[in-house]
Amino acid sequence: MRNGRAPFIAGFLFAPILLYVVYVLIPYARTAYFSVTDFNGFSPEYGFVGLGNYLELLKDEVYLRAIGHNVVVLTVYPIVTILLALFFAFMLNVGGRGDKAGIRGVRGSSVYKFIFFFPQVLSIAIVAVIWRRVFQSNDGGMINSALMALGLVEEDKPLLFLAESDSVIPAIHLGDFTLDAPVVLICLIGVAIWGGVGFYLVLFSAAMQSIPKDIYEAATLDGASRVQTFFRVTLPLLREHVSVAWIYLGIAALDFYALVIGLTPGAGGGGPNNASEVMSSWMLTSAFRSSRYDGFAFACAMGMSIALLTMLLAGAQFRLTRSRDKLEF
Amino acid sequence: MASTATADAPVAAAPSGPAPAPVKQREGYLANASAHIFLAVWGLLVTIPLLWAVIQSFKTDDEIIHDPLGLPEQWLFGAFGRAWTKGNIGEFFLNTMIVLLGSVTLTMLFGAMAAYVLARYPFRGNRAIYWTFVAGLTLPIYLGILPLFLLVQDMSKWLGLEEVIGLNTHLGLILVYVAYSMPFTVFFLHAFFRTLPTTIAEAASVDGAGHVRLFFQVMMPMAKPGLISIGIFNVIGQWNQFLLPTVLMKDSDKKMLTQGLLELATNARYETDFARLFAGMTIAMLPILAVYLGFHRQVQSGLTGATLK
Repeated sequence: MRNGRAPFIAGFLFAPILLYVVYVLIPYARTAYFSVTDFNGFSPEYGFVGLGNYLELLKDEVYLRAIGHNVVVLTVYPIVTILLALFFAFMLNVGGRGDKAGIRGVRGSSVYKFIFFFPQVLSIAIVAVIWRRVFQSNDGGMINSALMALGLVEEDKPLLFLAESDSVIPAIHLGDFTLDAPVVLICLIGVAIWGGVGFYLVLFSAAMQSIPKDIYEAATLDGASRVQTFFRVTLPLLREHVSVAWIYLGIAALDFYALVIGLTPGAGGGGPNNASEVMSSWMLTSAFRSSRYDGFAFACAMGMSIALLTMLLAGAQFRLTRSRDKLEF
Repeated sequence: MASTATADAPVAAAPSGPAPAPVKQREGYLANASAHIFLAVWGLLVTIPLLWAVIQSFKTDDEIIHDPLGLPEQWLFGAFGRAWTKGNIGEFFLNTMIVLLGSVTLTMLFGAMAAYVLARYPFRGNRAIYWTFVAGLTLPIYLGILPLFLLVQDMSKWLGLEEVIGLNTHLGLILVYVAYSMPFTVFFLHAFFRTLPTTIAEAASVDGAGHVRLFFQVMMPMAKPGLISIGIFNVIGQWNQFLLPTVLMKDSDKKMLTQGLLELATNARYETDFARLFAGMTIAMLPILAVYLGFHRQVQSGLTGATLK
């Protein structure tokens, strides 16, 4: 068994490491490298500009507005998704046979889980085809035509949804920085929630079912009702899962480009008038923007700033999952 | 939550023994009924847009525009044929199948090889390699996408393999897919190989099995449940990938399904055949639906389990 050990290890690791280094690590490293140059993506001659691109980021109004949009997504998306997922997990597990204590699940709970989880496996292309039509801003759209049939919306004044750049909150301006929440962005968050709730429901529901029955029996013997049991027993035991979900959703919120590109108007998405632009989508659009000769390098600097934020969140997740006091059942 | 009203009754009754049965029972029914109502509402919210979009593919364009909510007068299947041929969905579908066949196979093979060696053979630098793979989990794909495009283009030129692994080649995309799937696959299978018992491996090596045979004939079969989970994960992930092909596959006859469909959707302003678009979407949804129907338990536990590791 000893002989041939080293060649075996090297042989098995060679191809995976080669592919990973060439196609993943080198591009990431080159993003970092290009971010301090004025490389335009084509010309082999370029110079160093130091932190120039990073300083210019602070003057790019669209980028600063995109940060504001990320902040909105980062607040609304995780909170609503977690609350809905917890609520439905509670609904799935609180019911069931009244005579038995503990977590049993309502009849058909696996059918509900099957349906709720399904959007999670759909590609962004399918989600885009469906929701572009659901939100369509004339009488051919699903929501608009339904509201018109009910008489809630007038035929000549359809709701604009994805074409609406008005903010639902008063826009806040701080220097070049803008914080607003355009309707189109809220629609995107709605689609993200539609797709995400099932995932976290399954996550929380599995966690609830792994809580041992005797804890519930004890609670029932002490006379706790189902609702009390949920808030006093189940929810505290789920704290760790909720915080992991929180950070996971946070990373997904920073990485929102797929919905923006797939659903919103404008070349590369982000429209109308940059109302739905987030940092990642603006980065991809900026790379080949004709108004900047060094857009490529500028986009790389933008990417590095997003990477930094993502790694801060991931670091928080790592600390959280490492330092937790494991509750052994 | 109708049951809150009766919540106090059992608390008061508890010290004198078990709670009165009728109150408990009624509370149970109410909780059950309200639970089903809330769950059904969300179920409808999830399914209605999906079903509505699928139904559109059986309608005429006139019906789609003027009667978007109605059912088709006649259920027409023509749009599926038009999507397959004129909408190029058939070609995109074939491209996707070819790429996935190669990329999922190679992902599983390379991922299992790396994970196995890192999990069961201690050597200097083992942990460093493992953490380098895992670090890839924290970085989103779009960060490296701009240099990746240049790299695929320049490297293939430099090697003289433009037609083999350059832009617009199936093999080129396969290698990129495999590389970006490595972090999670290695991470997942590493944990799995660690849990496998050592006694069987020892027995096999006493019987004279070499390292390679041990891996393929003993360890791989034992790791089957883990391989199935991560395999499904990779099939779904790579089937749905759209950023990599959008950047790397520009030739119209080399496009992937998601990419082609997304372009059909974003250019829909110029589109006159709406039913064809919906039919294309339905075709693209079917394989994923089939995988999900067959393996929904593994899909659910595989995808959610990963977040807690």
